[in-house]
Amino acid sequence: MTAMLDIKNLRAYYGQVQALHGLEFHLNEGSMTTLLGANGAGKTTTLRAICNMVRSTGSIEFEGKPLAGRSTENIVRLGIAHVPQGRGTFTTMTVEENLQLGAISRSDKAGIASDIERMYGHFPVLKQRHTQQAGTLSGGEQQMLAVARALMLRPRLMLLDEPSFGLAPLIVRDLFKILGKINREDKVTILVVEQNAQLALELADTAYVIETGRIVMSGSAKDIANNDDIRKSYLGY
Amino acid sequence: MSAVQEAVTDAPAIDAVPKRAMTLGAGTSIVVLLALLIFPMFVKNFVIFQLTTVLIYGIAVLALNILTGGSGQFSLGQSAFYALGAYISAILMEHAGMNYALTLPISGIICFGFGFLFGQPALRLSGVYLALATFALATAMPQFLKLGALEEWTGGVQGLVVTKPDAPFGLPISQDTWLYYFTLVVSIAIYVASINLLRSRSGRAMMAIRDNEIAASAMGINISLYKTLAFGVSAGITGVAGGLGAIAVQFVAPDSYTIQLAIALFLGMVVGGVGWLPGSIVGAAFIVFVPNIAEGISKGLSGAVFGVLLFIVIFLVPHGARQVALVSQHLIGKLRKG
Amino acid sequence: MELLTNQILAGIATGAIYACMALAVVMIYQAIDHLNFAQGEMAMFSTFIAWQLIQPDFPAKIIENGDRLQHASSIPGLAQILTGAGFILKGIGGLAGYILPLPFWPAFLVTLVLSFVAGVVIERLLFKPLAKAPILTNVAGFIALFAIVNSVAGLIWDFTIKQFPSPFGSSPFLGSQLISTHQAGMIGVTLLLLLFLFVFFRFTRIGLAMRAAATLPESARLVGINTSWMIALGWGMAAAIGAIAGMLIAPVVFLEPNMMGGVLIYGFAAAVLGGLSSPLGAVIGGFLVGIFENLVGTYIPGAGNELKLPIALALIVTVLVVKPSGLFGHTVIKRV
Repeated sequence: MTAMLDIKNLRAYYGQVQALHGLEFHLNEGSMTTLLGANGAGKTTTLRAICNMVRSTGSIEFEGKPLAGRSTENIVRLGIAHVPQGRGTFTTMTVEENLQLGAISRSDKAGIASDIERMYGHFPVLKQRHTQQAGTLSGGEQQMLAVARALMLRPRLMLLDEPSFGLAPLIVRDLFKILGKINREDKVTILVVEQNAQLALELADTAYVIETGRIVMSGSAKDIANNDDIRKSYLGY
Repeated sequence: MSAVQEAVTDAPAIDAVPKRAMTLGAGTSIVVLLALLIFPMFVKNFVIFQLTTVLIYGIAVLALNILTGGSGQFSLGQSAFYALGAYISAILMEHAGMNYALTLPISGIICFGFGFLFGQPALRLSGVYLALATFALATAMPQFLKLGALEEWTGGVQGLVVTKPDAPFGLPISQDTWLYYFTLVVSIAIYVASINLLRSRSGRAMMAIRDNEIAASAMGINISLYKTLAFGVSAGITGVAGGLGAIAVQFVAPDSYTIQLAIALFLGMVVGGVGWLPGSIVGAAFIVFVPNIAEGISKGLSGAVFGVLLFIVIFLVPHGARQVALVSQHLIGKLRKG
Repeated sequence: MELLTNQILAGIATGAIYACMALAVVMIYQAIDHLNFAQGEMAMFSTFIAWQLIQPDFPAKIIENGDRLQHASSIPGLAQILTGAGFILKGIGGLAGYILPLPFWPAFLVTLVLSFVAGVVIERLLFKPLAKAPILTNVAGFIALFAIVNSVAGLIWDFTIKQFPSPFGSSPFLGSQLISTHQAGMIGVTLLLLLFLFVFFRFTRIGLAMRAAATLPESARLVGINTSWMIALGWGMAAAIGAIAGMLIAPVVFLEPNMMGGVLIYGFAAAVLGGLSSPLGAVIGGFLVGIFENLVGTYIPGAGNELKLPIALALIVTVLVVKPSGLFGHTVIKRV
């Protein structure tokens, strides 16, 4: 089975500083994977490298197609949705406009309209606030909006960068439940970068641990969660 | 210049110049200084006059560099302070018989005062809004100078003629040569003082404000004080330049100090490298000589040629002369190793 | 009291000029998040193109300018290039004689299209390379563009004043002494443009994409928007709107290369007053600026033509000190 996403020997640079040192991992289709690691380990850089938002060398292949040389927007149009750190919400636009923007690269009007309704189904609070300026939403609501916007692309792969950041634990639980649902029902492959390892390992089926720009551990989420040594050395609990 | 939408995490609009890169190295400085000292011996009076003009505009561009490159405030109004300094010197020399050298500190101080005052309302503005306000100041100045009520002092539309000073102590050098060396001394003094200002605590405060005003204020920096101070200092230095300009050109008139001068100074700052004080003289040279070169290339299209030359410069070195200096430094470093 | 009302009405009439220019300014701001100082010159150039298309002696003029170009410089190398260019121009002139001159409205439309294309081309050629350069360098680029366009216009059409026809005529509007049919037409076109822009930004997908690209380019790319082309599109639209502004203004201020100087500044001021993100604000700002300018001229003694500008600007700045994001702008809360 070809991996949905296959990364080999990825090196990434911020100016002169090298952040990733030959990263390698892959994602199977339909999987829910989490990428764990401490601050500064290179988690966000990995996601940004996939979308060509940072200078990198090495090979990244999506469904067998190499992503090298493509612009961010073209990579996105291949079916990869990226919910960035800080959510990247268009704060001056309404909730509904944000959702419409998620689908801006699609041309099927009916499909878009029905998808918006589906998003309101997943996230009822967004429907309540759909004419409000996105910047007035709470943190948790903005995160849901960001996820919904990403889903409007009808992506086959979704990348999420620290979706739990700044959110209360109960809200994170809800969010992760919805992500699980999307992974199973809509068949979206998901890669979640997280610092909150415990919750992420409950959600995911596969896990990778990254440290100073390299993968140091990989395996099923259950195994890693149950491995006391790994938990203590790399995940801090 | 999106004043309205700057979150804390946005990159600053103006590049910071690292402290050690703020000046030329000791070796280069000495070479430049020597060149500036001996060159008048080899050229005609008119060229000496042109270089004096370059030094004078260099001072004005340096002032703008302190304001924009140092404290991050954008100003299209420097021509107003230049004009003010010029007229103060002219009036003191012609109506009060004051010695030319003494008029300069007075121009400087008065312009500092006005700059500081203007800085107050300017505190609430930034980016494009500040540009508009300073633009208004620059367009108002020539009209103000033409006002009938002030004509007795300002000479109205005709302006005032200024007497060019002779070399002191009966030295056997031309007026132009004397004025050149006098201007050179003033320029060096201002340059050294400005470098020290930027390296001092006040300078660091200003640069902190430039990079991130909210963070600076959170660190306890008195934003209003330093921003208005920057405006004041910049206006004061520009006023001194204006005074020197009046003496060099031998007259002052309202239409010599229009918005075009302010725009030229802005271009000088960009070409020299924003915030890089040594670049001020390169920028000044650009605005003094390139328009003449453009006219030489094509009289009918001189504006277009100037525009094209400006584009070529900004395409090749978007960060101005500072970029050239950095690249040369790199190359020399490589040559030394290899 | 009657004088005041009359001055206000007159101000609205002149304000339509500033409102129109302000719309072009807002357009470019929506696209690139800064102001383009060369916009007035581009509008002026477009207006000259329109004027030229209407002139019966245009083909002959083309040939004549081809000739001038050939002799514009004596620098070796450059002279050869200009000679070649002039030769091509002469050829074009010959062919043009078969379709020109055009009647007003076709010339208007052709000018709009040409302006749009020019805007896109200028952005791709001159400003896309500067996209990563500092903002102040880009501003220097706008100034350079200003100098180039102004100078070329001066060379081609010289600085004598020309008449530009108004499609609305200049008789009193509905018998009023204060507003002519042309001014009424200006207000009408400006309002139409405003409606178009409002609909464009609020209700079309491409308008939405453009707003997204201007406010948060990185997020826009993450939804698949080609932000680079959005900028080019913005330039094209701004150039076209500028052309409309120029063609409306020219009958009033007369056509010459320096006609847009003051207008552009008032246009900026109006756009800023209205809040740079709001086309409606730009139009209302434009009318307000027109009114301010008129009232200052009437009621402040000694405020001749030249002092009006700084005084009007000072008033606007005062408003901004009180309400920094303009009358209709979004107050963005700086979140720490």
